[in-house]
Amino acid sequence: MTAIPPPMSLLAEVTHRCPLQCPYCSNPLRLDPRTDELSTADWLRVLDEAAAMGVLQVHFSGGEPMARPDLPDLVRHAVSLGLYTNLITSGVLLNAKSLKALTDAGLDHVQLSFQDADTAEAERIGGMAGAQAKKLEAARLIKEDGLPLTLNFVIHRQNAARVPAMLNMAERLGARRVEIAHTQYYGWGLLNRDALLPSRAQLEETEHTVAAARARFGTRLAIDFVTPDYYADQPKPCMGGWGQRFLNIAPTGKVLPCHAAESIPGLTFPTVRESSLQDIWQNAPLFTLYRGTDWMPDPCRSCAFKEQDWGGCRCQALALTGDASATDPVCNQAPGHGVIKQAIANRPAVPPAFRYRRYGNGEITNGT
Amino acid sequence: MTETSEPFSEETVLRFARGTRLQYDRVREQWFIQAPERAFIADPSAAEILQLIDGKRTLGTVTDKLLQKFSATRDVLVHDVLHMTRELADKQVLQVV
Repeated sequence: MTAIPPPMSLLAEVTHRCPLQCPYCSNPLRLDPRTDELSTADWLRVLDEAAAMGVLQVHFSGGEPMARPDLPDLVRHAVSLGLYTNLITSGVLLNAKSLKALTDAGLDHVQLSFQDADTAEAERIGGMAGAQAKKLEAARLIKEDGLPLTLNFVIHRQNAARVPAMLNMAERLGARRVEIAHTQYYGWGLLNRDALLPSRAQLEETEHTVAAARARFGTRLAIDFVTPDYYADQPKPCMGGWGQRFLNIAPTGKVLPCHAAESIPGLTFPTVRESSLQDIWQNAPLFTLYRGTDWMPDPCRSCAFKEQDWGGCRCQALALTGDASATDPVCNQAPGHGVIKQAIANRPAVPPAFRYRRYGNGEITNGT
Repeated sequence: MTETSEPFSEETVLRFARGTRLQYDRVREQWFIQAPERAFIADPSAAEILQLIDGKRTLGTVTDKLLQKFSATRDVLVHDVLHMTRELADKQVLQVV
């Protein structure tokens, strides 16, 4: 058969355990328990397979990846294979010793998340008292070491007003990049949508702030801005197209085209415990299902943008229309677009309480 | 700081910023620039230039080395070298030593 181009990057979700409880977490509602996590030996083999098939970058993520004591061993192995290693961390477990173990292993880059620029709000959103001071210390240690640092802020209605303060913070902490990333609404984010979805006016204000900061920072601090797609006319090219550029491995070894794919019912999820990564990428029905354009319904099928946005996000189509093979309802041409307009129109004036990301907390049916 | 808008000269010495590197991908048979959160293709001429960036050579020396390999005039080559390295410094891939 024709070879499928290999993936560029691998998101290695080494654990779902995390001291924080952010209500927009990208992990699935049903979190994998520690006892089901892949072993060190499994991960080392997976990294071998990833490098051999053409993966260029590995993003160690979670949960909090530093909750796994074998993380430096995984980084060292990835480095020895020529893989670019990125740590995506909350920073709350990072200290001089744990950072040194990672830099000695050859870690290339750190992406450090903050929940807000305001300490009290950050700790309320993340559900962890004392987190902000730990994160600020983590940023200081990373900078002192000289590792390139990216700050990540997830934006929503309860922190959007402080985007200017977040950008100042990134500058002050010496970050090389900062992500101002509006929440995406599936999984925990969808469960908490009324508490998170900004107004259009809030969104536009963040856009203006970012444009002004780009002019001020020039090339010394890059800003990645991610729009909330509910306010877009066209869907995002989710994961650069299903099964085209990106692989995700969950803590238990399930291999997914994106971190939300487990929400799609009726599918068999391939696992590295049973098959090679290469075989899964090329042949697993989960990956071939929405790869390319053959699966598309109209209006996607006859759309000029079908190879730009790839029909948008399958998990969002599922979550909002009940059909994973529908056009992403974010698209203004989609038959299901009304649900997006409705979600915006029904946004409550006062945000409801968060349902925090905890084991067991996502498994109750959403009553609202 | 406004260091980013100044053009480079033949005396400029550059190195890769920490967390960035040039890497040959044997699977795709292409050169890539590995950088935080993204890998992007280095076209063949960029790859030739970047292989000579070592934190010691001046861009003038880099140009002379390239002259031994390619049949372009020195004026054309030096323009390409200064222009491309400036762009990559703006992308935080290279930095002045």
